[in-house]
Amino acid sequence: MAKPEFVYVTYIETTPEKLWDALTSSEFSERYWWGTKVLSNWTVGSPFALEWRGQVTDTGVIVEADPPRLLSYTWSNASEEFRNERPSRVTFVLEPYGKLVKLTLTHEDFEPGSKMLEGISKGWPAIMSSLKSMLESGQALDVPLTALKIEGVE
Amino acid sequence: MDISQFKPAIVYTIYIASTPERVWEALTSAEFSRKYFSGNAVEVDLKVGGAFVVRTPDGSVHISGEVIECDPLRKLTVTFNVNWPALIEKLGPTLVTYEIEPVGDVVKLTLIQSHDRQIDDDILSGGRQGWPAILSSLKSLLETGEPLVIKMEPPRRMLEALKKLGIGTP
Repeated sequence: MAKPEFVYVTYIETTPEKLWDALTSSEFSERYWWGTKVLSNWTVGSPFALEWRGQVTDTGVIVEADPPRLLSYTWSNASEEFRNERPSRVTFVLEPYGKLVKLTLTHEDFEPGSKMLEGISKGWPAIMSSLKSMLESGQALDVPLTALKIEGVE
Repeated sequence: MDISQFKPAIVYTIYIASTPERVWEALTSAEFSRKYFSGNAVEVDLKVGGAFVVRTPDGSVHISGEVIECDPLRKLTVTFNVNWPALIEKLGPTLVTYEIEPVGDVVKLTLIQSHDRQIDDDILSGGRQGWPAILSSLKSLLETGEPLVIKMEPPRRMLEALKKLGIGTP
């Protein structure tokens, strides 16, 4: 059986440096990630957090950081619902590809049947699509959160 | 054709700042597809049972199939068989479904590649490599007017797996 993970590949007309900035700057992330701020100093061992509407929703630790090529952090949702799930792990690999960057996102280390995996599998395609739009056209996407049909997200 | 036995092997979702009309046209017109699909032209007779063909830039048939479901602006399902000797005999037909859904001001496009049997990961690696490139370029084309220039490496892992099965590849 395949291990529980989510993998998403996208090609973006940008530079690895600009993409790295977009992944690690809360000013950028607010634009493509429904107002979510990514917070960390992005060095290995430092804390990582997502803040949404003034509240910390997810926390973790930076596992690998090799700008502008590789970024990896652990991820635990702070809500009651996911308290018993072990931390999962998010990895971004940025590869120059001619005039483009190939971005590979892997979100893994889930327990079998993880509810978190179900939610992030719906969320990441919208976030990555919006990130690509922002870098290419200057305009992030406005995907209604409710359209993702993630349980418990309104 | 009974498609109830087919199960999704690859699912790829992408959100595009566009309309269902333009996304549908991009998926079904030769002119559009040449721009984002490495010069390949999609030719499709948009009715159930109609022919579906993808031609390479030199005009030869690369993929052939037929329309299984056609709900304009919403859903298109086709058989999507690469024209390599013994491929269907060994792997069965490949089914490709595009689902188009307006969400707010954008369009959610979902690609589903399905098979009627278990397909090895080595063989699926071809589609896992190809679809994100094709659909990333389609999105760029619709949003910025320019497709991406993606020089695809040949899908080596898939080609080796096919060769082992005795399927003739270029």
